Amino acid sequence: MNGRRKWYKTIDWGIVICYFLLFVIGWMSIYSSSSASEGASIFDMGERSGKQLLWFGISLVAGCLIMFVIRPQLWEVISPPAYLLVVLMLLAVLIFGATVNGSKSWFQLGPISFQPSELSKITTSLLLAHQLRSTNLNRAGSHGQFILAAIVAIPALIIFAEGETGTILVYLGFLFVLYREGLSGWWIALFGAVVLLFIMALITPLWVALSTAAVLVLAYYIFIRKTVVRRKAEKRKLLLASLGLLAAGALVVFSTSFVFDKVLKPYQKNRIEVLFGIKEDPSGVGYNVNQSMIAIGSGGLFGKGFTNGTQTSCGFVPEQSTDFIFCTIGEEAGFAGCLGVILLFSIMIWRIIKAADSSREPFTRAYGFCVAACIFMHMTINIGMTIGLMPVIGIPLPFISYGGSSLLAFSVMLFIFLSMVRHERTYF
Amino acid sequence: MESGRSSKLVIGLCIVSAVLVCKLFYIQIVNKKYKTDALNNSMVYETIYPPRGFIYDRNGEILVDNSVMYDIMVTPREVQPFDTLALAALLDMDPQEIRDRMQEYRTYRTKIGWRTLVFRKQLSGEKYLRFAEVEYNFPGFAGRQRTRRHYPFNAGGNLLGYMSEVDGDYISRHPEYKAGDFVGKTGLEEANEAKLRGEKGYHIYLRDSRNRVLDRYEGGALDKPAVPGEDVYTTIDAHLQQFGQGLMDHKRGSIIAIEPSTGEILALVSSPGIDVDILADFSSHYDSLSRDPGKPMFNRAIQASYPPGSVFKLVNGLVGLQEGVLTPNMKYPCHDGYNYTKNLKLGCHHHRSPINFYEAVMMSCNSYFCYVLKSILENKRYANVNESFARWEEYVRSFGFGSPLGCDLPGELGGNVPKAERYNKIYGKGHWRFETVVSLSIGQGELGVTPLQIANLGATIANRGWYITPHIIRDTAERYNTPHYTEVSPEQFENVVQGMWMAVNKPVEYGATASLAAVKGLEICGKTGTAENPHGADHSVFICFAPRENPEIAVAAYVENAGFGATWACPIASLMVEKYLNGEISPSREWLEKQVREANLLNVPKKPKKKG
Repeated sequence: MNGRRKWYKTIDWGIVICYFLLFVIGWMSIYSSSSASEGASIFDMGERSGKQLLWFGISLVAGCLIMFVIRPQLWEVISPPAYLLVVLMLLAVLIFGATVNGSKSWFQLGPISFQPSELSKITTSLLLAHQLRSTNLNRAGSHGQFILAAIVAIPALIIFAEGETGTILVYLGFLFVLYREGLSGWWIALFGAVVLLFIMALITPLWVALSTAAVLVLAYYIFIRKTVVRRKAEKRKLLLASLGLLAAGALVVFSTSFVFDKVLKPYQKNRIEVLFGIKEDPSGVGYNVNQSMIAIGSGGLFGKGFTNGTQTSCGFVPEQSTDFIFCTIGEEAGFAGCLGVILLFSIMIWRIIKAADSSREPFTRAYGFCVAACIFMHMTINIGMTIGLMPVIGIPLPFISYGGSSLLAFSVMLFIFLSMVRHERTYF
Repeated sequence: MESGRSSKLVIGLCIVSAVLVCKLFYIQIVNKKYKTDALNNSMVYETIYPPRGFIYDRNGEILVDNSVMYDIMVTPREVQPFDTLALAALLDMDPQEIRDRMQEYRTYRTKIGWRTLVFRKQLSGEKYLRFAEVEYNFPGFAGRQRTRRHYPFNAGGNLLGYMSEVDGDYISRHPEYKAGDFVGKTGLEEANEAKLRGEKGYHIYLRDSRNRVLDRYEGGALDKPAVPGEDVYTTIDAHLQQFGQGLMDHKRGSIIAIEPSTGEILALVSSPGIDVDILADFSSHYDSLSRDPGKPMFNRAIQASYPPGSVFKLVNGLVGLQEGVLTPNMKYPCHDGYNYTKNLKLGCHHHRSPINFYEAVMMSCNSYFCYVLKSILENKRYANVNESFARWEEYVRSFGFGSPLGCDLPGELGGNVPKAERYNKIYGKGHWRFETVVSLSIGQGELGVTPLQIANLGATIANRGWYITPHIIRDTAERYNTPHYTEVSPEQFENVVQGMWMAVNKPVEYGATASLAAVKGLEICGKTGTAENPHGADHSVFICFAPRENPEIAVAAYVENAGFGATWACPIASLMVEKYLNGEISPSREWLEKQVREANLLNVPKKPKKKG
């Protein structure tokens, strides 16, 4: 094109506006849930809202550096060493880290504590994008596919060993990225089927779960038979494959109770049991969800108004400014506010997907999908948890939950993408 | 294809968002359940503490029940500026402590939220009333009723045991307890904790955001009532116990009274003991008690091991009779003692000589029982002293010596009965003989027994050859109903009983050692003991039972460092018998009771003297 564009024309303002709005909503909710009843100012640096504002300032400074100072090529160059460094940090924290709320994933540096797993989302995304640029999934062969799987699996396994379930689920979001880059959709379907069978085996009698498996396999068989298979040899192959799948499905059903009892930790079991109503637990795990749903449900259509929430500001909902921040929004801004937040997230994710798709750089595109997947998984799991659709999993709501390191990490992740997009648009 | 995949992903995003929105719509707009809860309610669990079980004595007298106390609770969010000094005075607290506490609440206010915390524990009813009158001056503070142990009788402090609040360590070992709970730490309270404590329950209330309790949750359908603790019925006779404690004032030692036919413990006194007033508020006295050189928390009756002294002669006599190496009319000489080597003599007090078995028991002659043990250990029936000693040990253990009897109080000691191997180790096999262990003849040397075991010996003799494991809880368990037979046959016991009867009921001039114990009409049979020990003056020991036929009570008294058995332990035990059987002390013996009560035997100097 004809030279450089003006700087303000190169920025994807849609994403930036969503980012600002989400932060402001979060900041006000933090204030409302933690210190409003004390009569402190929203800018009081001794209070959570003040601290969050400070972290927002730091995030903006970092964002500006990323957007206007650092060349975006740097990110791809440093992606392998950065990935390695973060994996080492994950290992270190597994050995030396402090245990907070049952998971050993925190570094304690003087007054500041942070989780390397926050960083690992960024570095995994960068390296995955880097690798996807040079590997075409469909033509890569098993070696290339193995490398891609390892990039995601290594940090995921270490984080699993740290006992941080939430982040693992976020890593599952990378499946969507791989799908976008050519991974067969059957993998996602297969994964979905396994999850479905696991849940069925938990909450329904054995025969129901087994027949579900049979129906799924039958549907698969008929679908392929009608659409793909033509020759006789292929039909036999398909039949064998279906029988194999059926056996695998039965195995999933039968091994569920073993996995449930032996592999999962007791608190994880509890949370799943409460989610599916297998167990009533009004004072334990169920308490959180029960209180959270009462708070959100009490908001009604338009909520009770800013700082007028009673459930969340009076300490009935635990973790009300971090993992359960959505309760405050639900209670004080009602259904309208919740809808707004979900819309903002959806628009942001959609804009990111759109920007990624329109990029000519495979690296930018793949990275953009990683960012979108992370935000999507966080939003779904966190909001799902507060309204009883997901088990209680402690992960933050991006840009909204209280927590400096989380806000900073998400901001950096987002601004790296914005910077890549901006530099591309400057010249094209 | 790829951008088609992007569209699919965007569609997926829309679906997931729609699901979230639908669920939100359902709980925020549609569902009435959350509409009801839109009153901003929340569940509050209020613990219901069950009343702890009572402890009764054998006649239905209450030894321990509960009295009402108050904890002062505080809800920090509701507290308004108040007069710290006034509150400190009302609650007996240090004003600085109150200021520190309020500062702490301020620091952790987000953690505390609307919760209510304990501010001051266990305020008496009287003090609480003073506070309640002006409670309106202190918004945020309120009383909560709790119970505390109450003791209508000053009887059996050590025996009953104390309660204390559970600490973190205890909770980690017993997860069924929560902070603020109390648990029995010693004695009966500890041994019967599971029975006495009952089961906590709770009310669930709905509370609004300002902590106002609105209503019962689901009409109380999910409430759990507290299950009161079970009562415990002991075999103790409260009046006898109290009487015994009075007798042991300013003395170190113990008294145990047992009903021989059932093994029920009628009284178990350990002195110095703990007053029940102190038990009720144990935590504030804990330091001074644990520093007390008299070790009041130590239950001497079951946890102290002493040499038995002369009362053990009864056991040796019985073994001799059973083995056939001794007959009641066999006479042995005694000239102020027994020369067991050329130069070594085991001394005895001066008395006539020779004497038979009955007189030997009556006079507690040392020499006689040296001859008895000598004939037991040098019995030709056995190949060597090792074998005869092993047989002797078997007999002794069949009386319940050498291992815990298995009574139902926690912490019972087993004492010590030496084995032949022990001497083999010290002297070499074949290099020791009767003379080596001569002091066992008179209950000294390597023997250790608890006062409970001594009392059990009294019960065994009273029963003519069997005992039931002494116990303090009325229990139908087989363990406390099965007689244990000694290896000595019943008819031999009559000889010992005759000697013990003479010791009490014959005149002093005739040589009786325990005539101070004689009570007209009670037919007390007894035996004195004077146990030498390395800690000071001799321990004064006495065992007795009464009446001679169909005995109803057996008593052992053990007074540490008090001198002759006949001087202190003997009157104490006989007063116990008289009190139990007659209900009161006869006027002719009131002087004795007075003398015993007033005696301070904590610092008796050690005198050089002969053994008796």
